[in-house]
Amino acid sequence: MSTQIEQEQTEEQTEAEPAEEAEQSPQDRRLSEKKARAEAREREEQAREEVRDADDTVRIKVFRYDPEVEGKSEPRFDDFSVPFFKGMTVLDALIYARDHYDSSLTFRHSCRQAVCGSDALFVNGQQRLGCKTQMADLEGPVRIEPLPHQDVVKDLVVDMEHFYEQMEAVEPYFQPDELPEGEREEQRQTPENREKVKMSTRCIWCGACMSSCNIAAGDNEYLGPAAINKAYRFAMDEREGEIQKEDRLEIIEQEHGVWRCQTQFSCTEVCPKDIPLTEHIQELKREAVKSNLKFW
Amino acid sequence: MHEHDVLVVGAGGAGLRAAIAAHEAGADVAMVTKLHPVRSHTGAAEGGINAALHPEDSWELHAYDTMKGSDYLGDAPAVETFAQDAPDEVIQLEHWGMPFSREEDGTVSQRPFGGLSHPRTTYAGAETGHHLLHTMYEQVVKRGITVYEEQQVLDLAVTDHDDVEDRECHGVVAYDIASGEIQGYRATNGVILATGGPGQVFDHTTNAVANTGDGYAMAYRAGVPLEDMEFVQFHPTTLPSTGVLISEGVRGEGGILYNDNEERLMFEYGYANNDGELASRDVVSRAELTEVNEGRGIEDEYVHLDMRHLGEERILDRLENILHLAEDFEGVDGLDEPMPVKPGQHYQMGGVEVDENGHTCIDGLYAAGEVACVSLHGGNRLGGNALPELLVFGARAGKHAAGGDMKEAEIQTGPSAESEAGEIPDGVDVGAVDAGSESVAADGAAVDAGTVVESEVQRQQERVDHLLEDEGVNHAQVRDDIQQTMTANVNVFRREENLKDALGDIREARERYRHVAASDPSRTYNTDLMHTMETRNIIDIAEAITVGALAREEFRGAHWREQYQERRDDEWLKHTMLAWSDGNPRLYYKPVLLEGEKEYEPKERSY
Repeated sequence: MSTQIEQEQTEEQTEAEPAEEAEQSPQDRRLSEKKARAEAREREEQAREEVRDADDTVRIKVFRYDPEVEGKSEPRFDDFSVPFFKGMTVLDALIYARDHYDSSLTFRHSCRQAVCGSDALFVNGQQRLGCKTQMADLEGPVRIEPLPHQDVVKDLVVDMEHFYEQMEAVEPYFQPDELPEGEREEQRQTPENREKVKMSTRCIWCGACMSSCNIAAGDNEYLGPAAINKAYRFAMDEREGEIQKEDRLEIIEQEHGVWRCQTQFSCTEVCPKDIPLTEHIQELKREAVKSNLKFW
Repeated sequence: MHEHDVLVVGAGGAGLRAAIAAHEAGADVAMVTKLHPVRSHTGAAEGGINAALHPEDSWELHAYDTMKGSDYLGDAPAVETFAQDAPDEVIQLEHWGMPFSREEDGTVSQRPFGGLSHPRTTYAGAETGHHLLHTMYEQVVKRGITVYEEQQVLDLAVTDHDDVEDRECHGVVAYDIASGEIQGYRATNGVILATGGPGQVFDHTTNAVANTGDGYAMAYRAGVPLEDMEFVQFHPTTLPSTGVLISEGVRGEGGILYNDNEERLMFEYGYANNDGELASRDVVSRAELTEVNEGRGIEDEYVHLDMRHLGEERILDRLENILHLAEDFEGVDGLDEPMPVKPGQHYQMGGVEVDENGHTCIDGLYAAGEVACVSLHGGNRLGGNALPELLVFGARAGKHAAGGDMKEAEIQTGPSAESEAGEIPDGVDVGAVDAGSESVAADGAAVDAGTVVESEVQRQQERVDHLLEDEGVNHAQVRDDIQQTMTANVNVFRREENLKDALGDIREARERYRHVAASDPSRTYNTDLMHTMETRNIIDIAEAITVGALAREEFRGAHWREQYQERRDDEWLKHTMLAWSDGNPRLYYKPVLLEGEKEYEPKERSY
């Protein structure tokens, strides 16, 4: 059975009469419909052949849900068998399944080189970027689900609104003390200071960390590791002055800020850009303590 | 209906820069983007940003290098404006907190790049685009600029006066991806297209999946000419399996290309005896493919790029991201072994014709960034010139659209700039399959500013309903066929019969596209429908590239033709223009401007 598409055809065919095309005769239309059906059959056959011919196939179990379509509004898993090739990623497998078996299979993806951050998924129980996760490294059948703790819009697409709001809550923009005088003068930064903030600037806003965080799951207002990391990027930059740093510490020290973190390291573990998120949060806690002591 | 002074379509580097500039000029500006801004493809740029910052460097040198790199198909007013504005833009970015790589004294680092006479490429590791994108998005957040995200713009709302130069753009119509609703956006001052490149026209590309060239196709169908579309940049170092980019920074830092005999091919076979690996991108791409074609490629497909000798410390400091890419996508440890590389589609030099202020020949319609052709890159873009382009011309378009005070443009646009009529070569069939039923811009229905957006909303609603409710051919196969034929026939090396074959395949794709429909009937996040609509844009752009390539009977920059192995300045020092007219492309030419503040005498390009 592994070469078969084991997907239930639960979807209701749209029975609506095709809208009359202005310049198309009924004969033309029947012809094109026939052609379309023949092509669909051919494609499906071709896909099956590819699967048969492949030395190896992999199975993926994909979470499906579409509130709009009858028969799909109950969450379920669909199984797909896809031909394996060396170097195949989770995203490659999803694209194959979508383009050959079910064009309604929905997921975000764009750059496929781990920098746009749009394809963070829950793969075999862990947050990962689909495009940089090798199928060969995973135990099959590979289970692919949307990021946990976020509302599912459809299939693997989650609502990112809350994540973006948290990112923007920390005043995520550079606020230097003063700009250098003179034309075309840089605000000099020591290579050491750049090194200190370097990892924090690598965040691609994929949301994997937030989704892996138990605290964020239980406290919707918790700023979360990505937003706190963003605050770290600026608070640790030597060109933002002391007053600005105090303001930043105040933001991340609020009730739902750094003190909520229980150092479980799950964010650090899943970060696809290897940002030491937990360490950054701890360092901000220390900074906050130091700055509070100053006023005593 | 949403209404703003200025609408920016696309939120990558050019869009963000344009929005900030329009905002600073006092306009109420909003961005409409298919993705969320930080997902934009500018984030994938690696190498750096060219700008003459050193005292011993100068804008004149930068302009000269750019003109030479363009193989004298750049327009001097664009090239000079660019080289003059770039340093201010880079420092501006630095003031916004862009985490540039630094020298010991705390100033920004600059490194050598291909075709540059001075090391003038500023960078942030090998992830310059990521930092540029995020830094500018931060500034957009700071200013509270409205962003409508995950809105796929389907068409421009342009009046349909018969004469293109009388047309006005009043807004755009978008498909709300999450809800499936069609939305009208009205712009009282101007619309700026900043939708990025069309890499998805090809099968092997460094471009993101979202780069389907929507802006080119929309402007083209509204009547704006596409300029020099045959000039497609193939980047010489992309990973063979995925097309993921390995930055020119690797060669800039001293990386070396080897063939299967472990020979340093750029020198051993005399492709560029002066500059070696740092010759410009077209030269290196052809060198690599020649090696492969002559049997000296590795596994008959690629060559090796070696950076091991640079040492771990330098690699980690300046090229760390490259190690991750090679490891994740090719399973190769760049510290231990050379990386496999081959040429892949990377950048579109041509695009929507604009002047130095980003303005098209349609009133109120602008374009900036890769989608635009101000004619800066001409026949070949120098590495490190794309990011400053989007800064300089993004800012100018934003300011102009907001009504900012600017010098009148020297570059002429629109059909009235025509110097000579062209002819679509014999024996090929191009343009709309059935112009009668196509909704072309000029059907006399909408010349009223007040209703043009509404009538476009109506038209797009009908189109979406039809695609959702009818049964038909799946777009994926049509798109795949285009990508395959373009990669096979319109690649680095071009032969007449192949170009004609490609046009035949494009014709066939048009026929099939008539019967296309989405099989997913959902109104929620319907990517099947999105991709179906994008595929039409891909077809139009593929055709424009191929027609331009067939018409240009010479060898210039990235455009190599088997029968014509020389640059023919006497006849071809001119821009290829393609204008959509009642569903059919019209080919004409306009002269190259080699005179600005300086004069640029065409010379043989040697590296």
